[in-house]
Amino acid sequence: MMEATWQTLATWFGPTWPAVWVLLKIIALLIPLMLAVAYLTFAERKVIGYMQVRIGPNRVGPKGWLQPIADALKLLFKEVIFPTQANKGLYVIGPIMALTPALLAWVAIPFGENTWIANLNAGVLFVLAVTSLEVYGVIIAGWASNSKYPFLGAMRASAQMVSYEVAMGFGLISVLLVAGSLNFIDIVHSQAQGRFAEMGLGFLSWNWLPLLPLAVVYFISGVAETNRAPFDVVEGESEIVAGHMVEYSGMAFALFFLAEYANMILVSFLTSIFFFGGWLSPVGFLPDGLHWLLIKAAVFLFLFLWFRATFPRFRYDHIMRLGWKVFVPITLIWLFVVTVWLLSPLSIWR
Amino acid sequence: MEFQTVVFYLFGAIAVAAALGVILVRNPVHAALCLVLVFFSSAAIWLLLEAEFLAITLVLVYVGAVMVLFLFVVMMLDINVDRLREGFWSNLPLGLLVAAVLVVEMLLVLTGDVFRQASSPPALPTDASNTESIGRVLYTLYSYPFELAAMILLVAMVAAVSLTLRKRKDVRYLDPAEQVKVKAADRLRVISMPAEKE
Amino acid sequence: MEFERPDFSLAAAEIFVAVMALVVMVTGTFLRRISRELGYALAQLTVIGAAFITVFSVDDPTVRYTFGTMYVSDWLGQVLKLFIYLSVFASLLYGRLYLIERRLEKAEYYVLMLLSMLGAMILVSANNLLVLYLGLEMMTLALYALVAFDRDNGLRSEAAIKYFVLGAISSGLLLYGMSMIYGATGSLDLGVVGQAVSLGAGDELVFKFGLAFLVAGIAFKFGVVPFHMWVADVYHGAPTPVTLLISSAPKLAAFALAVRLLVGGFFGLAETWQPMLMLLAVASIVLGNLAAIAQSNIKRMLAYSGISHMGFVLLGLLAGVTDGGHQQVFNAYSSALFYAVSYALMSLASFGMVLLLARTGFEAEHIDDFKGLNRRSPWFAAMMMLVMFSMAGIPFFLGFFAKFAVLEAVVSAGHTWLAVLAVIMSVIGAYYYLRVVKVMYFDEPMDRTALIASSETRVLLSANALTLAVAGLMPQGLMAVCGYAVLTSF
Repeated sequence: MMEATWQTLATWFGPTWPAVWVLLKIIALLIPLMLAVAYLTFAERKVIGYMQVRIGPNRVGPKGWLQPIADALKLLFKEVIFPTQANKGLYVIGPIMALTPALLAWVAIPFGENTWIANLNAGVLFVLAVTSLEVYGVIIAGWASNSKYPFLGAMRASAQMVSYEVAMGFGLISVLLVAGSLNFIDIVHSQAQGRFAEMGLGFLSWNWLPLLPLAVVYFISGVAETNRAPFDVVEGESEIVAGHMVEYSGMAFALFFLAEYANMILVSFLTSIFFFGGWLSPVGFLPDGLHWLLIKAAVFLFLFLWFRATFPRFRYDHIMRLGWKVFVPITLIWLFVVTVWLLSPLSIWR
Repeated sequence: MEFQTVVFYLFGAIAVAAALGVILVRNPVHAALCLVLVFFSSAAIWLLLEAEFLAITLVLVYVGAVMVLFLFVVMMLDINVDRLREGFWSNLPLGLLVAAVLVVEMLLVLTGDVFRQASSPPALPTDASNTESIGRVLYTLYSYPFELAAMILLVAMVAAVSLTLRKRKDVRYLDPAEQVKVKAADRLRVISMPAEKE
Repeated sequence: MEFERPDFSLAAAEIFVAVMALVVMVTGTFLRRISRELGYALAQLTVIGAAFITVFSVDDPTVRYTFGTMYVSDWLGQVLKLFIYLSVFASLLYGRLYLIERRLEKAEYYVLMLLSMLGAMILVSANNLLVLYLGLEMMTLALYALVAFDRDNGLRSEAAIKYFVLGAISSGLLLYGMSMIYGATGSLDLGVVGQAVSLGAGDELVFKFGLAFLVAGIAFKFGVVPFHMWVADVYHGAPTPVTLLISSAPKLAAFALAVRLLVGGFFGLAETWQPMLMLLAVASIVLGNLAAIAQSNIKRMLAYSGISHMGFVLLGLLAGVTDGGHQQVFNAYSSALFYAVSYALMSLASFGMVLLLARTGFEAEHIDDFKGLNRRSPWFAAMMMLVMFSMAGIPFFLGFFAKFAVLEAVVSAGHTWLAVLAVIMSVIGAYYYLRVVKVMYFDEPMDRTALIASSETRVLLSANALTLAVAGLMPQGLMAVCGYAVLTSF
């Protein structure tokens, strides 16, 4: 039935079909992603609300379910204000540069054995490279606003994001070593092997157990990389109002918002794929599938919200100290351990 | 024209235009951003050459880290562009002469037979991994220069730290770990003494 | 190309120095209290240890390769390395008091010193364009930092910036040339490049353009005219122990760079690069000697004298091939090596004297500061006289034989006019060396404070200066070593 539909569509579009097909895939990815972002904001307000013994938004629609739609409409209809002294061109490019990499990285993410937009053999590198561009949105926006708080935010962001990228990258080296590949699908496959996987206890064969310190470092670095609490000095409401987004309003502001939440979802997916077996089922008697990936990502997203409700904001120098003097050494030491382990007869990977 | 050729000229044109922008725009921050664009389009051209590892590394290292720090510095500095441009016209003839010599030389060299390949090399099979082949030569044939490069980075690191690290002496810093470890006995000594009467 | 496990024992000295540099760094970080004395002791130990390793590996004069063909172990390299060790050793020893007085003595200083030495060693035994470049960068990067080490002093920072910017440009030139050679031959290996050049495989135009850039890069590193702009400012601005180092070890490394690239790689085009070197040599000898006369600062004077001396080294290098005949090769290159090595010895002694006179808050960098040295310390005045005589090329000191050997090679290559010009300029140059001697013996001292120096410094400095006289009386030993090194290495 599906096949027949594709066939007819393909004949309609003729030679342009491959391009149309890719576009369709992108749309099929973007629409759920945008919805996920919208409802993540809703979930955040609800979850934090319950944690603080409040109810959270409950007015728009049944039980407040239409709240994110209302928010989106409000932002769409607001005017984008340009500060007089702002650098106009860059002021517009800023939010675009923030959102583009956040969406672009999804190209390389696989959702199942055969469900992906592009299956790159250097997929991990691609995602690292693209996510390293995110900082430009913040810097450009902060500088172009020509205002003190945004500029301070940009300065903090550039130092913080570059620093935690180092820890993230070093953490991933060990993952690549044990998987022997830069391809996401191979990385997931490598986690499906091992003694525990054969016993039907797949979740004990995933990378999180042998690479536990790295999994922790990676996820926390991910939190820092997305500038979420407790690493949100970049926005730091109590000190610099909203950092790089102070001067933005309406849709321009919404783009930053979208980028931040899309990045949170991305980090959750990546953590699930790198350390928690992606779409693999935790136990042998249940089938693998996309739902496992979604469940795992949802758990990490919940952690993001939980952190925000729980931890006070880190002081800036403590953030830098944690990144450079704690995380980077941990990842390097564990890299050494993993290399020795891999080459020793006790290796569980080869 | 093939699709690849179109893409090549597109990115080549962007790279050249952005490179011109680097030296022509007045604002140093804009110039730095133009440089980012140059790196980015060069990475795209490398991708066309099937050098995906180098292309992605270029973006990751130069665009993602080096240029960010560079922008950081440029934004912090208050560069007076007009002062930088003083003497532009008086130095122009000499500059043009040097440029002309270089251009002529490049033309002579590049139009020679050496750099004209009879045909483009055969395309790699789709499962060929650029990363793996680079890794193989890097850690075997080129292990010596690779290690040397590591030592050079160490030199740069030691140099940077020794030239810039300053300990401030005017701050009072309390080590929380030390504070927590303090026992009552460290601060307070209870001595027994006979009660005094007035 | 198949990979085979490299023979690490050939590079034992490099590996030892690299490891020790890391040891100095780590002990300097974790043993803060004793890091200074320990750093100094470890650094000297490293230099001596490396010298032992090198000496014990020279018994076999055959040329051997390791790391593929990237590392070459030959007598030329070993001899140059031994003199590089000597310059680092002298710089550490002569400069110790200077550093302590100026609160510059830190573990990082020794780490950078050792890494700079490591770079020079790698450069000296490189047989690959890439490795040559990396060794050069390692050496010069560490030197830039050392020049700026006294970071609160504007003069030092200015010198470091000039050195860095011009050094970066020259590295760019060198790399550009290398990239052309790589493009034309498809190989970074100097052996392969050399074969391609002498067989005429590949476009000669590309080779020549590449060669021009290589020569320019080499000239920058030698500091010869017209690429000499940085020399005087850097010599003047750098802390004197660093000046001492810059005036010796990097010159030897630059010599190695020139020999490896021009003789090792481009011997087939010797007729092309010899005129280039001739231009550089004439300009440096003339300008170096004339400009030195006008200097009142002894560090600047020695800088310009260094430029002219480097011109002499180039004279030796350009006398190798005449009319396609190779009979001159041996004499010419061994005379150039002999000159480079002798210059390093003289330079060590002369800056050692400047360091000897310096004390807290006083740099002793003016020629006037040497006034009446005879009254203050007749012994060291005599030593300085030896050094100046040797530098001026007065018979029968080491400098004389160095000049003599080079001029002999130049004359037998048929460039008599060049030799005459060089002699005339040396006679003019003798004026400024003798002025220092005159000032020491015939002028009233400006201050009469006694010289402060450790006994090791006194002994080594005296030995260093006396060597110039003794080696002048019997130069055959050193000459034979240089000759043997050139003979076995090519």
